[in-house]
Amino acid sequence: MQPRYRRIGSRIAVALAALVALVSVYQLYLGGNLALAAACTAGFGLAFYVFTARRTYTYRYLFPGLAGIAMFTVLPLAYTVWIGFTNYSSKNLLTFERATEVVLGEVYERSSVRYQFTLRAAEHGFRIVLRTGGDDEAEAGAGSGSGSAARPPTEFITEALALTNTAPQRVAVVPLGGIDPGEPLPLKDVIARRDAIRAVTVLFPDGAAATMASLREFTPYQALYQRNPDGSLTNRQTGGRLTPNFQTGFYETATGDQIQPGFRVYVGADNYVRVFTDGKFRGPFLRVFVWTVVFAAASVIFTAGLGMLLAELLAWESLRFAGLYRVLLFLPYAVPSFISILVFKGLFNRNFGEINLILDGLLGLRPNWTGNALLARGMILIVNTWLGYPYFMLICTGLQKSISHDLYEASALAGAGPLTNFFQITWPLIRKPLTPLLVSSFAFNFNNFVIIYLLTQGRPDFLDTNVPAGETDILVSYTYRIAFEDSGQQFGLACAIATLIFAVVATLSVINLRLTRANVEERR
Amino acid sequence: MPIVAGKSHRWRLIGAHGFLIALVLATSFPLAMVLSISLRPGNFASGSLIPDQISFEHWRLAFGISYVDVDGRVVLPPFPVMRWLWNSVKVAGVAASLIVALSTTAAYAFSRLKFRARTATLNTIVLLQMFPPVLALVAIYAIFEVIGAHVSWLGVDSLPSVVIAYLGQVALYVWTIKGYFDTIPAEIEEAAMVDGATPFQAFRRVLLPMAVPILAVVFILSFIWCIIEYPVASVLLQSEDRLTLAVGSRLYLYEQRYLWGDFAAAAVLSGLPITAVFLLAQRWMVSGLTSGGLKG
Repeated sequence: MQPRYRRIGSRIAVALAALVALVSVYQLYLGGNLALAAACTAGFGLAFYVFTARRTYTYRYLFPGLAGIAMFTVLPLAYTVWIGFTNYSSKNLLTFERATEVVLGEVYERSSVRYQFTLRAAEHGFRIVLRTGGDDEAEAGAGSGSGSAARPPTEFITEALALTNTAPQRVAVVPLGGIDPGEPLPLKDVIARRDAIRAVTVLFPDGAAATMASLREFTPYQALYQRNPDGSLTNRQTGGRLTPNFQTGFYETATGDQIQPGFRVYVGADNYVRVFTDGKFRGPFLRVFVWTVVFAAASVIFTAGLGMLLAELLAWESLRFAGLYRVLLFLPYAVPSFISILVFKGLFNRNFGEINLILDGLLGLRPNWTGNALLARGMILIVNTWLGYPYFMLICTGLQKSISHDLYEASALAGAGPLTNFFQITWPLIRKPLTPLLVSSFAFNFNNFVIIYLLTQGRPDFLDTNVPAGETDILVSYTYRIAFEDSGQQFGLACAIATLIFAVVATLSVINLRLTRANVEERR
Repeated sequence: MPIVAGKSHRWRLIGAHGFLIALVLATSFPLAMVLSISLRPGNFASGSLIPDQISFEHWRLAFGISYVDVDGRVVLPPFPVMRWLWNSVKVAGVAASLIVALSTTAAYAFSRLKFRARTATLNTIVLLQMFPPVLALVAIYAIFEVIGAHVSWLGVDSLPSVVIAYLGQVALYVWTIKGYFDTIPAEIEEAAMVDGATPFQAFRRVLLPMAVPILAVVFILSFIWCIIEYPVASVLLQSEDRLTLAVGSRLYLYEQRYLWGDFAAAAVLSGLPITAVFLLAQRWMVSGLTSGGLKG
């Protein structure tokens, strides 16, 4: 009977999961995000199909992992490429819908109408009494067309308000009628509570609204723009029209003036054109690119070279304490890199750093490690070598162990020294399996954001450019600074550069895949 | 390796020892220094490697305990280090568990089951894992802004968002686990299935117990990766309470507010357990990756 219970149980579980999925999709739909709701529906639908249909059994194992990769790896990469073709930046931050909402939310004061207001004490707090003056009502009535102010002078009153906090609140007013509001409070009471009163928006029975304009007056305001059926907006104050421009991502007036905030639009290859032709961006981009390549190549050469040398030395049988040396030399690899990089940042500090204290004591030097381009680059390479050589020491030790001992014995009989051994036996044999690792290491350092950002943040900055870029910036840190540190937050431009990096990484990956496969086939 | 011992042998040995000792000193200098700095009083004091005067003020602050300095002022901990460490452990623990779960099942399918486009899918995964998340920072940020507008606990500046973003690591480990599964002969599971086990039972009760070493290795590797990850966390997390250790540590060393001593204590405190785990796991990793399902 157990399988039957189990089957019923699993059906209930599926039904519950479906219910939860439907409710959350419906919430998204209500929230107004149709695309997201549709995507989630498709995703949930696929998941339910895979986990309930008999013929998709194999894919039940595959689905969670592949769905994870699709959502958490592919989606961000694809979205990056897409943003690279848009003008997404702090000026064009919002979607078209949100930007329209913001523009429609703008209001203007209809300064021709004024309500004199007074504060009256009530049982629990205060009431605000508004009174239209009889003088300018006709003009106001003509202006708004609502006719509300065309009535004879009227008084309105709010309910009792605490007026203790300054959080915005909307309060309805009713005609005073026969209510006795009590005596007006003196102006000093109004002054004492003016911030709380300023946060009050009063709503008249006809839908108009007003806020405090001065210590004696409330003024009504109205939405500045009215939406037309064709998507353009009419300015109620001036009568001008705004049309959304989907090339620039702004609402524009007839004369082409742009209204903030802008919205995100597809701009084609504009960002790429800027990177390669606009002198403002091309100069720093090329300099950063050159340093990125130099940095990655030098890091690989230094770490692999030192690691290989150590692996060779420690494999020497006459050398005692090799095990101890190995553990001590491995230590930099085990310490979390964000900690060791920050430790180096402190040690290299010009004024308080221990390295300069030692150099000052020994040689009388106080080099400015962070201010001088050459020194900063040198510091980065020193730190990166410190961080990276243990990995290659480990790898080379492993590769060397797989080389047959007979070869070295034969070479010893022939009287060969260590250099001959290395160049005639070790290097030719470890070169092939090592190459893919060297390429990976190059790719890793090409995108080694953490060391640059934690150590120098790309500084010292270029003085002759107005984009945020520095002598030690590599491409990824440059995109980070364009996106998150510059006031312009040029996400589109940053993503375009990131897409260019994708191309480099993809090329390296394909090369690597080829190399690895060639190795595997050779071994067979 | 055997090498001819010539006349220069002795000198070469001495040279090698000299070089290695110098390198060990150079390598451990920063580590020894940070330990020493954490025990010195004050944030600017400079002195010898072995402090003349030992003070535990920085350690107290690192543990979140305030102390009274010589002038009688109460010094409050500058940053909630323990909180950050706990945040890091939470994020890494949850993310690593999910990564193991997601990559194990996929790896099983790739290793054992037949389906269309298997090789193509695998190659795609290998290529994808070469793209570090740092390249997609803007997209990750933008995606979580959209999510946050609907589900506030999963938006920017929340720990769950970081966990979700870290799940992209799955691509890396599918391949690792699949490699291990391939070393376990399929005959063992086939025998179980002949005895009436369903494919899922064969996977759960036969293959998984044999794969515990690799699952542990993947868990530890991804755990450490999540702990030391900086870029994604720095973009997604903003308020001081919610930072992970990797993001928070940077706040100590601003030129205007240079808390060198406090940083040193916090760094040693948080770095030691991670280093210890890594050193232990290193041994385990090698044995886990080289020993297959069949022993002896």
